[in-house]
Amino acid sequence: MTEEGRRKERIDRGIKVRTSGLYAISGWPELTYLIFPRFILIAGMLSLPFVFGMAPYWRRVVCIVCIYAMLSVAFDFLANFVGLINLGSSFFIGLGGYLTAVLNVNLGLPPILSIPIATFLGAIISTLLLLPCLPLRGIYFAIVTLMFPLFFERVIQAFNILGGTNGIVGLDGLSNAWWESYTAIIMTLIVLFGLRRLVNEDVGLVLRGVKDNDQAVRASGISVTFCKALAVFIASAIGCFAGAFLSHLYMWAGLSLFALDFSIMPIAATVIGGGGTLVGALIGSFILVPLSELLRSFGTLRVVFYSLVLTAFIVFKSEGIMVYAQRKYHQFERWVKV
Amino acid sequence: MEILIYGVINSLSLTLMALGFTLVYGISRVPNFAHGALYVFAGFLTWIILNKLGIPYPIAILLALVLSAALGALVSEVVLVRIRGMEMSEVIATYALGVAILEGFRWAGFKGMTYTLPPFIKGSVQIWGVPVDYQRILVVLLGIAVLAALWLFTRLTRMGLALRGIAQDERAAMMLGINSDRAATIAMGIGCALAGLAAVILLPLGNIVIEAGYNVLIFAIAVCVVGGLGSWGGAVIASFVIGFAQILTVAYIRPQFQMVVALLAILVTLIVRPSGFFGRQKELEERV
Repeated sequence: MTEEGRRKERIDRGIKVRTSGLYAISGWPELTYLIFPRFILIAGMLSLPFVFGMAPYWRRVVCIVCIYAMLSVAFDFLANFVGLINLGSSFFIGLGGYLTAVLNVNLGLPPILSIPIATFLGAIISTLLLLPCLPLRGIYFAIVTLMFPLFFERVIQAFNILGGTNGIVGLDGLSNAWWESYTAIIMTLIVLFGLRRLVNEDVGLVLRGVKDNDQAVRASGISVTFCKALAVFIASAIGCFAGAFLSHLYMWAGLSLFALDFSIMPIAATVIGGGGTLVGALIGSFILVPLSELLRSFGTLRVVFYSLVLTAFIVFKSEGIMVYAQRKYHQFERWVKV
Repeated sequence: MEILIYGVINSLSLTLMALGFTLVYGISRVPNFAHGALYVFAGFLTWIILNKLGIPYPIAILLALVLSAALGALVSEVVLVRIRGMEMSEVIATYALGVAILEGFRWAGFKGMTYTLPPFIKGSVQIWGVPVDYQRILVVLLGIAVLAALWLFTRLTRMGLALRGIAQDERAAMMLGINSDRAATIAMGIGCALAGLAAVILLPLGNIVIEAGYNVLIFAIAVCVVGGLGSWGGAVIASFVIGFAQILTVAYIRPQFQMVVALLAILVTLIVRPSGFFGRQKELEERV
């Protein structure tokens, strides 16, 4: 990487330093520097339904991308800000999906009620289920979370409950396509910017403390388990909302909600997009999901494809796209003699 | 009687499935989530060599084992060495590789119930009035043989002793001139060969299916977690506990519950006693 006699020096751009404090509002260049990337993201996402207005298939894909993006952002939040590696995001999807299906089909609630109720109920249930496992760290927690979706899948199969292998059919659809895509997009943006705000608040600081040194957090008189439970609650609420939305989108809740795709895709998106940035996870899923839609005709080869991409990224380029882009945006590089 | 005999057989098959996983984790602290994929890989490889290349069965098995060991060593050299110590990356990378192998086979058309390996010896015998086929007896015998061989290998050979040294105290072992990365590669190679061995011994009892990859991974993790990650004695005892529990549920409740038992065992152990039966290591470190 480093050549003989010289190395790369990275220095923050002047404008980055200027925009970090109150001086950000001192002039248009500074304001533009701050707002431009965010504006591109928001405007780009909001215009997606118009861009794909003529292609219903791709508009559906936009919704799916948003669902994956929410999951990925939640995964990134748990993994890189709280230190809990969740290998089973599909558990949240499945829980939210089945709950909303039961509420909608068996109790007759309209989607506008069943989705929020499923979100909160699902978040409470998954927090309670994961509560005993929260003291676990590292790969132990990863193993437990990997087991949960598999466990529920087998239980549903074995007891033949909740529609068994056929799933629950006949959910109400969302009223129209514009509704669908804008709910998904706006919720994704809320999740993204909400979490970004959260991790920079005091709570976020404590959560990062839990990740880096939980003994120190405990020594400060803050309950580590409570912090983790809070984080899991937030992440699972996001996941359950995504699941509930998904099953209304497909008007169907079945075992495939617990499928591997929902677990591995958020991980891949986060790694490729750049862990610890939250936006990176979103961008990663905006790259990966349409790509895997394009590759749909290759069947399971696409799973192979993105597993390999994931491995390659984690081994050779573990910083991810977003961290790289942020570095280029905020800093300039030059070669200096050593 | 039937429960006793089939319980022992089932337990030893679980031991065979789990040995490779626990060996790799014990020596290099790498949770090899591609373990189940290697199991299926060896199974399909044997099938291909046997049926497409027409090479005799014993040589086919040997070739498959050597190839899966080589694949494991390659993965270790190319991927795992670069991310040593970063647990999250190790989990994700091995899991992704495992999924890639399994789904690759699915894409290549290896699905359905048509792929079977012939048993080593056909026929069956009556033991105390219970019919048991020879392959299942072989499972028991080979399981014990593999255990014994591993025991001897880690206690009598230089390489085995080096591996144990790394497992006990990596830094001290490195100071004594044992190459930790090489040990990890060797461990991964042996672990994958063990996964392959389990595959060629166990797969003649049924079909080679992709889903077995995920199931074997779960069984291996279940056994290792219950027994304490990285502890071999614990793994053997745990596989007997889980093995008998499975046979009992199959006999008295319903056969679909076999997997539920394994998953429940993992969850309960991790919640109640995360270091397992015999995990001496770091109980405090894994809990907050």
